[in-house]
Amino acid sequence: MIDHLSPILIGTLGAATPLVLAGLGELVAEKAGVMNLGVEGMMLIGAIAAFAAAVASDGSVTAGLLAGMLAGVLAASLFALLALSLAANQAACGLALTIFGVGLSAFIGQSYVSHSLAGLPALPLPGLSQIPWLGPILFRQDPVVYLAFLLYVAVAWVLARTRIGLILRAVGESPEAAHAIGYPVLGIRWAATLTGGAFAGLAGAYLSTVYTPLWVQNMTAGRGWISVALVVFATWKPTRLLLGACLFGGVTILQFHAQGLGLDLPVELLAALPYLATVIVLVLISRDRKLLRLNLPASLGKPFVPGR
Amino acid sequence: MTTRVQVEPRIRLIGITKRYHSLVANDQVSLQVAPGEIHAVLGENGAGKSTLMKVIYGAVRADDGELMWNGRQVEIDSPDAARRLGIGMVFQHFSLFETLTVVENIALVLDEPFDLAALAQRVESVSRAYGLPLDPHRPVHSLSVGERQRVEIVRCLLQKPQLLILDEPTSVLTPQAVLTLFDTLRKLAAEGVAILYISHKLHEIQALCDRATVMRSGRVTGEAIPREETPASLARMMIGRELPHCAIPAYLGQRRTVLEVRALSLRSEDPFGTSLEGIHLTVEAGEILGIAGISGNGQNELMAALSGETPTAADSVLLDGVPIGRLGAGQRRDRGLGFVPEERLGRGAVPAMSLARNALLTGHRKGMVRRGLVDYAAAVRFAAAIIERFGVRCSGPEALARALSGGNLQKFIVGREIAQSPRLLLVSQPTWGVDVGASAQLRQTLVDLSREGVAILVVSEELEELFEICDRIAVLAGGRLSAPQPRAATDAEAIGLLMAGHSMSAAA
Amino acid sequence: MNLLEPRAEPSRTLQWAAPPIAIGLMLVAGSVLFLLLGRDPVQAFRVFFIQPLESGYGWSELLLKAGPLVLIAEGLAIGFRARIYNIGAEGQLIFGAICAGGVAIHAAGHETAWTLPLMVVAGAAGGMFWGAIPALLKTRFNAEETLTTLMLTYVANYFLSWLVHGVWRDPAGMNFPQSVMFGDGALFPVLTEGNRLNASIFIPLASVLVFQLLVKRSFLAYRLEVGGQAPLAARYAGFPAGATVWVSLCLSGLTAGLAGVGEVAGPIGQLNLNLSPGYGYAAIIVAYLGRLHPLGIALSGLLMALLYLGGEAAQMTLQLPAAITGLFQGMLLFFLLGADAFIDNRLRLPRRTA
Repeated sequence: MIDHLSPILIGTLGAATPLVLAGLGELVAEKAGVMNLGVEGMMLIGAIAAFAAAVASDGSVTAGLLAGMLAGVLAASLFALLALSLAANQAACGLALTIFGVGLSAFIGQSYVSHSLAGLPALPLPGLSQIPWLGPILFRQDPVVYLAFLLYVAVAWVLARTRIGLILRAVGESPEAAHAIGYPVLGIRWAATLTGGAFAGLAGAYLSTVYTPLWVQNMTAGRGWISVALVVFATWKPTRLLLGACLFGGVTILQFHAQGLGLDLPVELLAALPYLATVIVLVLISRDRKLLRLNLPASLGKPFVPGR
Repeated sequence: MTTRVQVEPRIRLIGITKRYHSLVANDQVSLQVAPGEIHAVLGENGAGKSTLMKVIYGAVRADDGELMWNGRQVEIDSPDAARRLGIGMVFQHFSLFETLTVVENIALVLDEPFDLAALAQRVESVSRAYGLPLDPHRPVHSLSVGERQRVEIVRCLLQKPQLLILDEPTSVLTPQAVLTLFDTLRKLAAEGVAILYISHKLHEIQALCDRATVMRSGRVTGEAIPREETPASLARMMIGRELPHCAIPAYLGQRRTVLEVRALSLRSEDPFGTSLEGIHLTVEAGEILGIAGISGNGQNELMAALSGETPTAADSVLLDGVPIGRLGAGQRRDRGLGFVPEERLGRGAVPAMSLARNALLTGHRKGMVRRGLVDYAAAVRFAAAIIERFGVRCSGPEALARALSGGNLQKFIVGREIAQSPRLLLVSQPTWGVDVGASAQLRQTLVDLSREGVAILVVSEELEELFEICDRIAVLAGGRLSAPQPRAATDAEAIGLLMAGHSMSAAA
Repeated sequence: MNLLEPRAEPSRTLQWAAPPIAIGLMLVAGSVLFLLLGRDPVQAFRVFFIQPLESGYGWSELLLKAGPLVLIAEGLAIGFRARIYNIGAEGQLIFGAICAGGVAIHAAGHETAWTLPLMVVAGAAGGMFWGAIPALLKTRFNAEETLTTLMLTYVANYFLSWLVHGVWRDPAGMNFPQSVMFGDGALFPVLTEGNRLNASIFIPLASVLVFQLLVKRSFLAYRLEVGGQAPLAARYAGFPAGATVWVSLCLSGLTAGLAGVGEVAGPIGQLNLNLSPGYGYAAIIVAYLGRLHPLGIALSGLLMALLYLGGEAAQMTLQLPAAITGLFQGMLLFFLLGADAFIDNRLRLPRRTA
């Protein structure tokens, strides 16, 4: 059994990485009160931008990741312009961004369908990767996995320990009060939204240039939406988000190892598992209304127009 | 006035004008405050006081006029700029963040290195020095309303303000807590802080303030030394005529119990709310029962339980002797209950809908819906009748609810509920944010309705209002209700003690 | 950062002018795109928007595509008015199609006059069921319907995939993931020879009238609208909040399911993995573009159908990816949301601070 388990666990972190990245970005935006349902679209735009940049730069993954982040920021700025500066309905703007991202990435991606990239080799961390059993699972990953973990630490620290984190939480709870005591609410929300875009773009870039280094239409396959759900599941706490993403990474990877585990289940059921699991965790967490209310940024999804 | 020692005014406003669309909120307003002076800005709701304060605090930009600070002309274009000058503001609707702790709330406004531990110590020492004790690590949602105001004041004090603005600070305080606040303010004034005190409560201004600027419809209508005036003379300056009073006739009809509440207990759905514990009360036909207390002590929960928004145990609420605790809000309305909620826009009325469509909200019972289809012509007629009967000033039944002033919308909502001939009417904060004329009309309407044999329950934060119109008064504090007393058998001080006593035990 | 200042009164003109403005802006952005791609915009627009309508066949295809879009959007609009965001109509369409397809597959070879009506009922019920699950999860467990409806779309897709790879696979289908072709008794009759437009078009037509009555006159729609605009007012008036959720999701599931029937018992004629070119998502845009108004939706549905046809034409004539349709859809919704902001507000030009 344990022999079959470790390949799953090794794959889990890689599968969790796009969820961690996109989820952290959405968490930052939601902390400031911005509900951006366009994560899926931003990931796709990031993925195709990264792939195109990597192809153009002779397979440079770094160029791809940077291009993905930049594209994610640009995509997020479309959302911010509408949902923040023009105070449009955030849910509708997020949907629009996703529809746009699906269309744009498919449109650009048409000419990249036959390409593939080399990806990134694993980077075993000296010493740590020699630890029996745990070493290969945790410390023989590609560099982006480590980067995602570092970003988790950074986001958790900023939110819990710094003035910037405090300001984000304040704006997310009551933009009116934050405005009254003199904070530029829209500016802060713009910054949080663009940060979310950069994270989502990076997540998409990781998918297309490292995780499965080729372009497939709609290759994010709902991971953006799952990330949004994970933020709720995590009750807006970075550590729970990290754990939730790993859980989902494991569920996602399960379908490739089911036979090895002796699970004789239809492949479609296994493939549907992450989505079913998302519904289940949403139900489990949302039924506790008090828990949600105590953690939910109170102004989440509500437009703010200064001076109204 | 010339006998005063000439000192440079701390702040001086010259000809401040601010327009919103066609409305002139401030029209050529001038005033000045000296260091150490407690200066009242007196005016009723909508007179332009709050706009003026926002101009001073940099939250709103004046269209015209000058602002002098310690003799120097300044532009205050943001609250941040105001704070840097040394202006502190205690807001009417608090600007605190519920899920953050006291010290986090305070850190947000201070321009200094981020060190919560050190700041917590300073919060404790400053709050103790001014008689406003606070635990810096409590989250704000666990504080009583009075404690929250302390946070606001301490937050200002830590910025060492030269001018402190307080906007209607006593509306959330018990009469005893008001005295404590006044002591604090006098101490600050003695230290040289200039204080701008915004209020519409005449006796408070007379008790506290050195000078007063009176505003009406955006203009300065007078300046006075409050101690040398009478409430009547101040009121004349404020509203341009005598304060209207209610006529309270005796009830001659049959006495019987309409509403009975027995041992009502209810856990609040809101994690920041107050649970109700063992509430007993009765309201008779022909009387108004007043429920005093500071908001947040279970008022919302009580109204939700009585109106049916939150169903309760069947026999804890009885209407005409019939248990209705399990019934929902619609079913209770079918049985003769009317309800005027505290929030008019968004609860009592849908902001972006016309008055006619808002009439339908509860008035659909009056034959406006047949076989699932709405008779909009009937709704328009119903709305027009309310507008006519209660003198609602608006462009007609097609006017959007959000386009009406607070007083006119309240008249419409009260009118809509009364037009359905209720046997029991629940009213929450009947005149909150309503101008003096409309308030008087609304109070008289309630009194007259009760004398027709309707049982009325009024929840209000305004003690004066309750003493004016209620036959009996009880106090809701910490989710418990005191025994109702006939109006003549109690007074503001006794009620205030009940408000304070219970809220202290609730906070502990 | 803030580009708005509130108007005293919402602009009535803009309320109706916003969709045409958004369409105009989309065309401008489209021209820029065509120029960037080195195509002549005038020719491109001819291919995209005129050519598809130059033949009777083109018009029949337009109606064929507009049908499901309008039908789904009518149902969604009811929910959107109540601020219930069902974004999983695609899944409800698929599940409705599966249920209708199941009836057809079981009846294969011995269809009766009841087969097609039964398929319609099964499809409607199936779509409704798939919409009722998120309704249950929302009312009982407070789970966000945006996420659950979307997740269930993926689940419906995999369920369909499992069926057509397995038990319902056409044994004579060379192992392609598809069911048998349905018999004539399980298909809507084609209206005129030579094109694919069939009798199912009467369902969306009827739905426009039914929803027009529902929205304009019914107390139900009034209650849903109050629930959406001011949930506290609905609670105050005693309109049950759960009912809003159930009605919105069941109704939009039902129309999506019906649209699914129209596809499998219409142009597709079997179950396969390409039941819908994203009608469930495009209908969201149709609903907003039509101002959530039943008649407006009929118009915007036609426009969206034209975008689909134009995308196909562009692929064939201009060798552009068909995904250009999705791009136009996204832009359209963006521009619409932007234009809508100015109904209640006017543009605030950033003031110069010296």
